[in-house]
Amino acid sequence: MHNISFRRRFVNFLGIGAIVGATLVVLMPLFLIMGTVIYRGIGSITWAFFTRIPQPVGETGGGMANAIVGTAMIMGVAALIGIPLGVGSGIYLAEYGRNASGNIVRFTADVLNGIPSIVIGITVYALVVLIQHHFSLLAGGIALGIMMIPTVCRTTEEVLLMVPQSVREAALGLGIPQWRTTLSVVVPSAASGIITSIMLACARVAGETAPLLFTAFGNQFWNLKLNQPTAALPLQIFAYAISPYEEWHRMAWAGALVLILSIMATVILVRFATSRGMLKGAH
Amino acid sequence: MDPGIRVQELNAWFGGTQALHDIGLEIPSRQVTAIIGPSGCGKSTFVRCLNRMHETLPNATVKGKVTISGLDIYGKGVSPVTVRRRIGMVFQKPNPFPTMSIYDNVAAGLKLNGFSNRRQLDEVVQRSLEGAALWDEVKDIMKKKSGASLSGGQQQRLCIARALAIEPEIMLMDEPASALDPISTSKIEDLIFQLKQQFTIVIVTHNMQQAARVADLTGFFLMGKLIELDKTEKMFTNPSDKRTEDYITGRFG
Repeated sequence: MHNISFRRRFVNFLGIGAIVGATLVVLMPLFLIMGTVIYRGIGSITWAFFTRIPQPVGETGGGMANAIVGTAMIMGVAALIGIPLGVGSGIYLAEYGRNASGNIVRFTADVLNGIPSIVIGITVYALVVLIQHHFSLLAGGIALGIMMIPTVCRTTEEVLLMVPQSVREAALGLGIPQWRTTLSVVVPSAASGIITSIMLACARVAGETAPLLFTAFGNQFWNLKLNQPTAALPLQIFAYAISPYEEWHRMAWAGALVLILSIMATVILVRFATSRGMLKGAH
Repeated sequence: MDPGIRVQELNAWFGGTQALHDIGLEIPSRQVTAIIGPSGCGKSTFVRCLNRMHETLPNATVKGKVTISGLDIYGKGVSPVTVRRRIGMVFQKPNPFPTMSIYDNVAAGLKLNGFSNRRQLDEVVQRSLEGAALWDEVKDIMKKKSGASLSGGQQQRLCIARALAIEPEIMLMDEPASALDPISTSKIEDLIFQLKQQFTIVIVTHNMQQAARVADLTGFFLMGKLIELDKTEKMFTNPSDKRTEDYITGRFG
């Protein structure tokens, strides 16, 4: 008896040990990244970082205010493109897409999801920048918006399919037309899931650099115009990180820290809001 | 005007599988007609053909004629949406709208069809909740609490209230009490008894005692066919068909 019990406890101990070990290994990269970025970046986070634009080489001080605002505006444009198209196509797939045309949309979204981001950047360069004769905020937003579509689309489809069929039947049985059922009953029931999927897509594209290289291009000065080249945090981090100047390296770390923290803050905020039910029942 | 239901040569399929074979029957108005039969005999499919819900399932098809107050609901140019507005349906599992308050659940059928006069909505909601014997239990919480916060039996009465609010001529109930405890079940049965003053009721049930308690007429389905439809009393005491007798006496099913 005692032997078996000892053996069981030992195996149990080994099993738990393996699981905890695996968890630690998985979490390690995250903590390493966070730790390094905080350690290297925190020193350069000053008030000026958020209020000033970059200084010429050799002058100390300056900040990334224009890049922070630029990223926010590019994300605004991207959201205007990515959210309606992504949510719309996701609704189509879940509620009307059990057929051949639905399969085509589904396949296209999956292929689009797999296209390297730099290819999307260069395509937008050919289709928007060359025609506008300008690198621009708009082009950057379009590139990121396109990248959002497949993620939002497929996750929206998934969360809508989790709404029980009985809820749809209840609405149809009351003589509510299908489009109304979808918009006023099914989508609100999945609202928090759809919002989570939008947030994940935003968080994913907010840090993208490659699609912005030939679209938003970057800018050392302020720009608030849609048709002008614009600074963005990832671009600024990239430019500073490959520069030979110690001061700029420190700024790049600070930029990385701000980028990560703002993405985390958005995700946590939305999680908090949806879990409190503030956005539930929004219909 | 006769809000009864006449069914002629009704056939229904799921893909290649035929679920209903040549059903023909008449359901009288303002009475309760129960549909009984073993699992998979087509009784749910049958009632779902009466308000064109069957065709909402993937690959499901219907052929035949169903006439309600003179309207052939499968006729050319008849929209399923208008048909369903005249026929209320209560499902096996209570299915209140999860994001809506109790009040909004009851008002949904009207609100989502564009009806927005608040005072009239208030009246309809009260009348429907009273009709479903739920008003006293929820009148103080109906705007704050969600439909999903109620107990199973209350949820089912909420679903009945929701169906009453669209002021249908006919009420279809697909095993409305099968997921409920005995007390909630008896409340639903009392309710059916009152509702038949105003509505034609078709109730699918697994439970023969329930059919015997609430129904004026009972129809027995077996393997997609209607075996017989007669006065409940006669069905349970002296059925014309041997198979009905076998089922009722518990020899199969």
